[in-house]
Amino acid sequence: MRSQAAKFVAAARRALADPPLQDAVKRATDTAARKRDLAMFAHGRDHGEALRQQAAAARRRALSRLPELLEQAEAHLTANGATVLWAADAAEVCAHVLDIAARHHVRRVTKSKSMVSEEVGLNDALAEAGIEVLETDLGEYIIQLAGEPPSHIVTPVIHKSKEAIRDLFVQRLGMPPTDDAPTMARFARGHLRAAFLSSDMGISGGNFIIAETGTLCLVTNEGNGRMVTALPRVHVALVGIEKVVATLEEYVLLTQVLPRSATGQAMAVYTHMINGPRRAGEPDGPEALYVVLVDNGRSAIYGTSYAEVLGCIRCGACINACPIYEATGGHAYGWVYPGPIGAVLTPLLTDLKDASALPHASSLCGKCKEVCPVDIDLPRMLLDLRYDLVEAGHMPWLWDAGMRAWSTATRSPRLFHSAARAAQIGQGLLPQGRKVPLGPLGGWSASRELPRFARQSFRAWWAARNQEEDRHDQS
Amino acid sequence: MGQAVALFVTCLVDALFPATGIATVRLLEHLGVPVTFPAAQTCCGQPGYNSGYRRAARPVAEHFLDTFRDAPVIVSPSGSCVAMIRHEYPRLFADDPDRHAQALAIAARTWELTEYLVDGLGVIDLGLRLPEPHTFAVHDACHGLRLLGLGRQARALLDALENARVVPLEDSDECCGFGGLFSVKMPDLSAAMLHKKIERIRASQAATIVTGDVSCMMHINGGLARRGLAPRVRHIAEVLADGLPERTTHAQPGR
Repeated sequence: MRSQAAKFVAAARRALADPPLQDAVKRATDTAARKRDLAMFAHGRDHGEALRQQAAAARRRALSRLPELLEQAEAHLTANGATVLWAADAAEVCAHVLDIAARHHVRRVTKSKSMVSEEVGLNDALAEAGIEVLETDLGEYIIQLAGEPPSHIVTPVIHKSKEAIRDLFVQRLGMPPTDDAPTMARFARGHLRAAFLSSDMGISGGNFIIAETGTLCLVTNEGNGRMVTALPRVHVALVGIEKVVATLEEYVLLTQVLPRSATGQAMAVYTHMINGPRRAGEPDGPEALYVVLVDNGRSAIYGTSYAEVLGCIRCGACINACPIYEATGGHAYGWVYPGPIGAVLTPLLTDLKDASALPHASSLCGKCKEVCPVDIDLPRMLLDLRYDLVEAGHMPWLWDAGMRAWSTATRSPRLFHSAARAAQIGQGLLPQGRKVPLGPLGGWSASRELPRFARQSFRAWWAARNQEEDRHDQS
Repeated sequence: MGQAVALFVTCLVDALFPATGIATVRLLEHLGVPVTFPAAQTCCGQPGYNSGYRRAARPVAEHFLDTFRDAPVIVSPSGSCVAMIRHEYPRLFADDPDRHAQALAIAARTWELTEYLVDGLGVIDLGLRLPEPHTFAVHDACHGLRLLGLGRQARALLDALENARVVPLEDSDECCGFGGLFSVKMPDLSAAMLHKKIERIRASQAATIVTGDVSCMMHINGGLARRGLAPRVRHIAEVLADGLPERTTHAQPGR
């Protein structure tokens, strides 16, 4: 997927002026965030916080041994009968999948939700090769019909109202008009069921790979994941190289925080643990299982100060908690991952300069770190990315000049206080009760009155008081 | 009572909101704590640091370290500036062992005002009484809440303030959208967050919203004013100082 992150500011402004979008995103994220809190703290805050810290430690442990665990995972997956393929970048992922499709004479593909497949633009590559692709996660199915990218990593259609989805189904699928969500879902399900039965190849993502057992783990809620991984002749799983955990115990810990953080569920409706393709004598399952381990920029993060972000388990809690995401929705972020995790991942996995607005799209309120099930310090990484932007010369010259002047004035008390005095006198030139027409304060003053510098500063008050006390002492 | 405290008043309080600084001094002196004001102080360096300009922020932070080098205790009426000193200075000076050691030492001696009163001095009841009954709600400033673990201190101090009643503010832990230069860089997004905060404040039963950072106060009151509404946010130091016995001895500074 081509990044549109360079257009963040304009896209965010459009989103702010779109009331149905505002309503849909606000309602959905508020609900998700509330459910997350209830689920995480069902046994008290201390218990939830301890669980979070244990999960964080498990991810850090796994990351610290990532190369070794990947080799272990490859060996055990292979021993279980899976074929393990490595892909360095998007092109290689697509090439692998097309190659597998050709080898198995695949004409129809069904997919369960995979953010990695969005990263690499897999659907377009398959379509170009004349292969039919159908997204089977209900949300993904809807946006595929609408021709839109996902706007959230867990609930990709979060930006659409029920009414918009109804209209889409009526127009594109000939659904008899109804406002009843279960009826709409049943209608889509009928279409999907037929597709599952005629599908040659299923493509899924992967939430975890357990290195010690060679197990591919998926958590889903709609049952489509089981259909995609069990019904077609071939199953291909695209998994980021960071998704490996060492042991079953670590997996158990992470499956406790993932659904709680993502959807407020103690457990997802379906938890899949796939230990290879169909074995002799087994009644179902695919003939062949391929696990594609995808780098696509991840190993370049490993070993840097951003390595911790590879611990992300893609729950979306930071997105649901983020006031910026609430205001913009997901599309404004311009790539696969929106919200705070996207503001960190997009510059790291695509292009820092191109995505330069994203690290600045934060008040640094810190809520993302607070809700992260593996305690990733996203605000710290946003600060580090801002530093990288400055050092790489990607900031506007006006900012560079302004900051140099600020630094010079602020390390000299005399200059600093003269500047404050000058501002106190100069502020009389600024309008009150309306927007400042020009300059950097224009945007600020559009919706807030500017503060006024005090006639007597604190230091002036302090000096005057001390003088008075000195006089008292002398008299 | 008490060791002398060096006041780091912060640049915003010094130039824009001196009443907060004056209230801080009066509260500490009321408790018998002598206050000094190192006159060379300027800013903690946060505007540059948070924008990614670490090279620009560094000499400002060094200036802070030098100015407060000999202060045994440093108190500031800002959770945000204290978080900068406590959490970011050690990172800023990670490559300079001398400055790093100095930063860690200063971090351990620097307190946010409510934190110093409640956790440092161990005082909750300051023996203060408001002249008239008044209703308050607390807005948790982000850096104080999430980087310093503040929140209970201000509520405890307000609970002990006679004639003060504390009522809830929905989503009190949600950001007001200020975020320093964020509100200048992305004013529309900041304004959307501010709008939500103001809606919550309007729905609250509280006559006054109390916060620990003048930056949130400036931002929210600025938004209220632009809507033709009266300022409703005040710094905790000023609210508490209203309950001091000798209200008339210190004139309010001219605005």
